[in-house]
Amino acid sequence: MSFIVRRLVFYLVAAWVALTINFFIPRLIPGNAVESIMAKFPNSLQPSAYRAIEAMLGVGHSGSIWHQYVAYVVDIFHFNFGTSSSEYPAQVSTLLGETLPWTIILVGTATVIAFLIGTVLGIAAGWRHGGSLDRVLPGLMFLQAIPYFFFALILLELFAVKLQVFPIAQGYSQGLVPGWHWDFISSAIYHSLLPALTIVLASIAGWMLQMRNVMITTIGEDYVVAAQAKGLPNRRVIITYAARNAILPQLQGFGLAVGFVVSGALIMEIVFSYPGIGLLLVNAVTSNDYPLMQGIFLVITFAVLLANLIVDLVIVFVDPRARAREATR
Amino acid sequence: MTVAPAVSADPTAVPQEAAQPGRWRRMPTKGKVGVVLSAVFVLAAIIGPLVTPYDPSYQNPSPSASMNAPSAAHLLGTTQSGQDVMSQLLVGIRLTLELGIIVGLVATAIAVIVGVTAAFLGGWWDELLSLLTNVFLVIPALPLLIILLGYLPNKGEAPTIFVLSVLGWPWGARVIRAQTLAIRNRDFVAASRETGERTWRIIAFEIIPNEVSLIAASFVNTVLYAIGASVALAFIGVADLNSWSLGTMLYWAESQQALQLGAWWWFVPPGLVVALMGTALVLLNTGIDELGNPRLRDASSASRIAGRWLKPADPTPVLSEISQRRNGLAGFLHSFSRSSLLEGAEPGEGR
Amino acid sequence: MSADSAASSAVDPAVSRADGRAMDRATHRATGAAVGPAAGSSLAGAAAPSSGPVLDIRDLSVVYRTPAGDVRAVDHVNLVLGAGEVVGLAGESGSGKSTLAYGACRLLRAPALVTNGSVIYRGRRVSRPADILTMRPEELRRLRWREIAIVFQSAMNALNPVLNVRDQLLDVIHAHLRMPRDEAHSRAASLLDLVGIPRSRLRSYPHELSGGMRQRVMIAMALATDPEIIIMDEPTTALDVVVQRDILAQIVELKESLGFSILFITHDLSLLLELADRIAVMYAGQFVEIATSDEIHREAAHPYTKGLLNSFPSLRGPRRDLAGIPGSPPDLRNPPPGCPFVPRCGYARPDCRDVDMQLLPVATSRDPDHVTACPFVLPDTPAPPVPPVASGSTTGELGT
Repeated sequence: MSFIVRRLVFYLVAAWVALTINFFIPRLIPGNAVESIMAKFPNSLQPSAYRAIEAMLGVGHSGSIWHQYVAYVVDIFHFNFGTSSSEYPAQVSTLLGETLPWTIILVGTATVIAFLIGTVLGIAAGWRHGGSLDRVLPGLMFLQAIPYFFFALILLELFAVKLQVFPIAQGYSQGLVPGWHWDFISSAIYHSLLPALTIVLASIAGWMLQMRNVMITTIGEDYVVAAQAKGLPNRRVIITYAARNAILPQLQGFGLAVGFVVSGALIMEIVFSYPGIGLLLVNAVTSNDYPLMQGIFLVITFAVLLANLIVDLVIVFVDPRARAREATR
Repeated sequence: MTVAPAVSADPTAVPQEAAQPGRWRRMPTKGKVGVVLSAVFVLAAIIGPLVTPYDPSYQNPSPSASMNAPSAAHLLGTTQSGQDVMSQLLVGIRLTLELGIIVGLVATAIAVIVGVTAAFLGGWWDELLSLLTNVFLVIPALPLLIILLGYLPNKGEAPTIFVLSVLGWPWGARVIRAQTLAIRNRDFVAASRETGERTWRIIAFEIIPNEVSLIAASFVNTVLYAIGASVALAFIGVADLNSWSLGTMLYWAESQQALQLGAWWWFVPPGLVVALMGTALVLLNTGIDELGNPRLRDASSASRIAGRWLKPADPTPVLSEISQRRNGLAGFLHSFSRSSLLEGAEPGEGR
Repeated sequence: MSADSAASSAVDPAVSRADGRAMDRATHRATGAAVGPAAGSSLAGAAAPSSGPVLDIRDLSVVYRTPAGDVRAVDHVNLVLGAGEVVGLAGESGSGKSTLAYGACRLLRAPALVTNGSVIYRGRRVSRPADILTMRPEELRRLRWREIAIVFQSAMNALNPVLNVRDQLLDVIHAHLRMPRDEAHSRAASLLDLVGIPRSRLRSYPHELSGGMRQRVMIAMALATDPEIIIMDEPTTALDVVVQRDILAQIVELKESLGFSILFITHDLSLLLELADRIAVMYAGQFVEIATSDEIHREAAHPYTKGLLNSFPSLRGPRRDLAGIPGSPPDLRNPPPGCPFVPRCGYARPDCRDVDMQLLPVATSRDPDHVTACPFVLPDTPAPPVPPVASGSTTGELGT
C-alpha cells in the first residue's frame, strides 16, 4: 500500500512542478509581460485577445505574485484554464473538452494495441534470438526512427491519395452532426483507422525491440536455466518463467515512453486534420494563443502522469516483490 | 656437466592472454554499419553546404519552375517557390546534425554532473536530484518545449539548443547515477578512499573512465532525442522558419500542400534523411552497447556454433551430433528410427 | 524383497517418507559393484533392470567457443557414479567442475559445445542405457529432473520471483507425473514436510523466505519427482555455517531414506571429507585424483590435493602452519603441454611437461580404485622442503 501512496505523492509533486512552470514562464519575460506578448502579434490585435491574455496573466489582479499564484492554483483545481485568445470568448476548458475525447480514444486504443502486439512479437524474437527473426532488426530500427508525422504523410499519400482507401482528413465526414448515432460513429471509426494504423505501425517496432532485449536478458537468468533443468515444457518456460518476469521492465518502459508516444501522436494529428488536442495545440501555436497553449500543456501533462500512475498500479499487481519491497521501507 | 633444470628456462610458462582482436573487429556488424552511416552524415554535414548546386533560399519567380519533379537540373525537384530541394536538403543535414550534436554535448555534460553528484553526495542531495530528474523525465517534453520556445521572442538555433538541453539531460542522468552508485561501492574505489585520494580525483580517474561507454551511449541517445524534437518542433512551426533545417523543410512542404499536390519529392527526402540519421545513431548505440557488454556480444556471436544456428534455450550442442546430423528428408526420417530410450518413463509411470 | 514391492513402495510416497528410514531402497539396487564402490551397501536384493553405474561419463570434453579461441573447460574426463553413492567434485573456481556437471546434462548455454565423449545413464526406470549426448530433445526433457535433478547454488536466483512456492512445486510435479490436482497438492505439501519447512510457506514467494529456507525449497523441488541422481552445485556456499550444517545433515538423511545418488560440487574439500563416499579432484578441466574420501583424508597422492588439504585447518590433530596454493589456474585457451599444475607445484620437475594426465592406480592405497594423474608423486613422497614462492615461479628442489 505504501508503494502506491509514494507513487501518488510523486505524481502530485510532478503535477505541481508542471503547474508552477506554467505559471512562471510568461512572467519571466523581461519587461511588461502583456506588452511583449502583444508585440508578437503581426497585425493589430483585437481587444478581445488582449483581454484574454490579461486575464491569463492576472494583470489587474491586485496582490503580489504569491496572491496570483494561489488564485491560479485554485483556478486549475476548478478546471478553469482561462479564456482562449484566438477563439475569444470561448473558454479553454470548453475547447479542451471538445477535443480531448477524440485524442484519448484514438491514441489510447492504438497505443495499447501496438504495445500488446509489439510485446508478443518481442517475446518471440527474444526467445529465438540469433535466428531468422533477427534479420529484420535493422529494418525495425529504421522503422522506429521514422517520426510519427512523417509516417502519417507516407501512409496518407499511399492509402488516401493514391489508393483512395481511406479518407484524407478530418475526424468524420463533413455534414454529419456529432452525436450518438451509428452514422456518426461509423464515420468516426472509418476516419480514425488511418491515424490509428499510423500510430500502431510507427510505435510497434519500439515495443518489439525493447521486449526482445529484455527477454534476452531474462533468458540468461538462473531461474530460466533452472526451469529448463526441471524439464518443464517449453511453453511454460517461455510464458511463466521468462515472459512474466520480462514484462516488468517492459511495463516500466511503457510508462516512460507514454510521454513520447503522446507527443508524436499529437503532431500526427495535424497531418490528418484530426480534431483532437494535437490539432488544437498546433492551431494555438500558429495563432499565438497563449492561454490555450498553456491549458493544453497542463492537460497533456496530467494525462501522462495519470497514465504513468495506472502503469505503476499494474506493475504492483503483477510483481509480488514490488509490494513487498516498498512495504518494508 | 651439471644439468640445469630445463623447466627453469621459463617455469611460469603460462601462456599470454591471446591478444583480443581490436575493438573494430569485435564490434558486431550492426555497430559497424552504424558507425559508417553516421560518418556519412557527418561528412555530408561538413561538405554539404559547400557543394549545393543552388542557393537554397533563392526563389525562382517563374511559375514553370514551381513544384517540378526531379530532373537533371534539379536532382530532387523544386518547391512551391522554385527552390531547389537538393540544396535545401544538404544545408538541412548540417543544421540539424549540428544542433543535435551541440545539444548532445551540453545535455550529456549536465547529465554526468547531476548523475555523478547525486551518486556521490548521497543522502539529501541524492533524494533531491533524483526527484528533480524523475519529475522532468515524466513530464512530457514536447508540450513543454512548445511553451518554452513559444514565449521566446526569437526561435532561432541558440534558443532551441538551450531549451532542448534544459529538457534533455534527465534520461542520461538517471542511468549515469545508477552506474556511478554501482561503481562507487566497488572495492577499488573504497581502496582509493582509504588512501585518502581526493574526491574529485576519484571521480575523474576511477569512476568516469569506467563509464565511458555508458556516457557515449547516453550522448548518442541525446543526439537522437534532439534531432527528433527539433524536427517535430519545426514541423509545427515553433522554429526559425527562415532557416533550412530538415524540420523546416517539412513544415513548408506541409503548409504548401505538397502532399495533396503530389509533390512527394519535397517531403519524402527530408523525412527519409531524418529516419536514416536516427537509424544510424541507434545502430551506433547497439555497437557501443555490445562492445561494452561482453555478455551480449558473446551471446549474439555464439548463436551460430559449428555452422548451426541455435536458439539460446536449446540443449548444449554436441559436436558429433552436429556433423552427423543429416539434413532434409533423410534426416527427418532417420530421426524416427531411434526409438525412445526412456520407455516406462512416461508421466505417471515408474512410481 | 522383490522388484514389485520396490515399485509399490514408491506409490505412496507420503507414507514411506514419513517413515524415514523404513524403506532402504539402496538394497534394491544392483550396483555396479564391479565398477564403482558405494562402500558398505548390502548387495542383497533382486537385480534392477540394468546393471552398471547410474551415470557413466566417458572421455567428456566441453569447450567454450569464443572469438579469441576455444576455451577447454573440460578435457577428456571420465567419472562414474554408482547407485546410492555420494561422489564429491572438488576444485577451485574455474576448474571446470560445474561445466562438467551441467555439460553432462546439456544445460550449458552458448558458446558451450560438447566436443567429445559420452554420458551413459542407467536408471531404474530406463529400459536400456542411454547416452544423454545423443538423446532427442523430448527424451532429454523427460530425463531432466525426473531422473537427474539439480540443486543450484543460489536459490534466490534459481527460483522464479513471481511464482509462489506451491506453484513452482506443482510445475515440476505436473511436468513429469500425471496425477490429479489434489494429489499433486498434497504431494507438494508433504515435500515441504520432508525438508522441514512449515506448510504455510506454500503460499510464500521466494523473496519472503530466508536463505536457508530457500535452499530447502530447492531441495524439496529436486525430490519432487523421485530422481535417481541429484547434482548439488555448491548448495551451501551462500549460507552461514550453522545453516550449512543443518542442511547437509538433512541431505544425508534424505539420501539414506530415499536412496538417490549425489554428485556434490564444491570448492570446500573439508566438507567432502565428511560427506562424500568418493572424491574426484579437478584442476584446469581435468581430474587429478579420484579416491574414497577416507583415503584422500588419510593419504592423498596428488600434489594439488595435498595442497588443498593443507589449505584449511582441521579441528583435531596437531597445529600446523597453513599454506595456500600460490599462483592461479592456467589459461584454458592454450593449455601448456603436460600437467597444468606445474607452475604452482612444489614437486615440479622437467618430466612434468611430458605427462599425459592419464589416471594411474596408486599401489600403496587401501582403496583399490584410487587413481592419480601424477606419475611421480606418491602419498608417501616427502613434501618439498620449502613452500613455493608466492611469485608463482616454482622450481622444486627435487627437480634435476
